[in-house]
Amino acid sequence: MKLEGKAAIVGYHEYPHIRKFTGKRKFTLGQWADLTRFSLDDAGLEASDINGLVCTEIRETVSFTPATIVEYLGQPVNFAERVDLGGASPVGMVWRAAAAIELGLADVVVCALPGQPIPSNPNPGPIDPRRYFQSSSVNWGSPQAEFEIPYGNLAQNCGYAMIAQRYAAEFDYDPTAMAKLVVDQRRSGAANPNAVFYEKPVTIDDVLASKLVADPLRMLEIVMPVAGGAAVIVASEDVAKRCKHRPVWIKGFGEHLTMKTPTFAEDLCRSPVGPASAKAFEMAGVTRGDIDACEIYDCYTITVLLTLEDAGFCEKGEGMEFIRSHDLSCFGDFPVNSHGGQLGMGQGGGAGGMTQVIEGARQIMGRADQRQLPRCDHVYVSGTGGIMSEQAALILKGD
Amino acid sequence: MDLTKPFPTPTQETEPFWEGLRSEQVLLQRCNDCGKWIFYPRSNCPSCLSTNLRWQQVSGEGTLYTFTVARQATAPHFMDEVPQLIAMIDLNEGVRLTSTLVSDKADDLKIGAKVIPVFDHVNDDVTLLRYRLA
Ligand SMILES: [Zn+2]
Repeated sequence: MKLEGKAAIVGYHEYPHIRKFTGKRKFTLGQWADLTRFSLDDAGLEASDINGLVCTEIRETVSFTPATIVEYLGQPVNFAERVDLGGASPVGMVWRAAAAIELGLADVVVCALPGQPIPSNPNPGPIDPRRYFQSSSVNWGSPQAEFEIPYGNLAQNCGYAMIAQRYAAEFDYDPTAMAKLVVDQRRSGAANPNAVFYEKPVTIDDVLASKLVADPLRMLEIVMPVAGGAAVIVASEDVAKRCKHRPVWIKGFGEHLTMKTPTFAEDLCRSPVGPASAKAFEMAGVTRGDIDACEIYDCYTITVLLTLEDAGFCEKGEGMEFIRSHDLSCFGDFPVNSHGGQLGMGQGGGAGGMTQVIEGARQIMGRADQRQLPRCDHVYVSGTGGIMSEQAALILKGD
Repeated sequence: MDLTKPFPTPTQETEPFWEGLRSEQVLLQRCNDCGKWIFYPRSNCPSCLSTNLRWQQVSGEGTLYTFTVARQATAPHFMDEVPQLIAMIDLNEGVRLTSTLVSDKADDLKIGAKVIPVFDHVNDDVTLLRYRLA
């Protein structure tokens, strides 16, 4: 079973990434409508063209999410899906949209991820426990409630830190190479007007001097939360041909899930992005050498390191040398996160991973301005959810 | 703001494990059909999905698979435990669990080191399974 590669990203919209949002606040539903409108406009399509949508959770309801969004947009659809893959959701959304289009269920599918703060509730009610325990569930009967949270193993920092520590025990771990990865990405981010760190590059010394958060991870190796949000429009071949931009064909994808809590990973140094990526390359009929840019989910530096290795861009254990020997910025010989990644743009909550999808599309469309790669026909995109627990990959192609 | 420690509330599947810790014993589930050891406790074997499981006492000893020193509390409830020595322990039976290390010096901790259980009776109802270097 494979994609024919006849569905394409035809338009997108990305909110500027802002540390302290001071604009007019809208509900997630309103942001959904805005992002849909702007991305349709970008593609040269209209509201009535929509006949499919893929969403994640929204703030205004815990269930019936797609129907609530459909009603708010006023656009009936033939295909609706809510994806629940954490940071891998954007990649998961895009391939599901492409699959639905190839099955003939829809021909214009919107995938949106609001990421701005919503208005303050005058009747706030009790504090949502997720505010403290984040992606770990305290519900009775939840394995995390009993075997993780009581030991303080929750949120993301300590999980990724334990992956990095294990890597260091097995392979070459070079804090200076990890710092160089940040420097290269921040160089691209400094050239991205949508990035929170626009015109703010850093040096290796800056990274190594930043505060240790959870050994060995330092502050500048960890994404900064920001207000953001993004949407893409995925369309059929017929629709893509009448849109404004060079179509970005979705040629291959893969997805692999192994656990929720990294304690239950068989091998912390070999992540699910390996099988997901192998599937994506095989489906697309593309090799690693064909790839012009890698847009790699980068909640932490270690995420990028493991993805480069597991996706097959270098051998296991050689990631540090790979980073040392390539310029990974958008001006370099092996661009990784040519938009700055989330380390350079900031992380707009669950929308963070959509920046990787959009940058892939932007580069193939030839719309990356000063960051535009001289040639960009094939892009590898990865998505990482949880603590390298649910991962997905895409191969995008321009004709 | 309720910042009482988030202690576990046992379930019908997990009660024997927590009961064991209260009397300073480590009990693990084992599958009668495929023989695999199981952690965390559950109703079905994660290798073969059998419900034919038994409880068996083990030493609780193992090796340090990985750890970190969390220098910022992972939640406000753990402010008094900073720096938190959060760890994954490989038990000798081949299952892995999350724990914390009881140690004054993080510098002495080495991945692969032998570790032994510390039964931390945090209150009358709950004993947590922490670890220290053997
Ligand atoms: Zn079994």
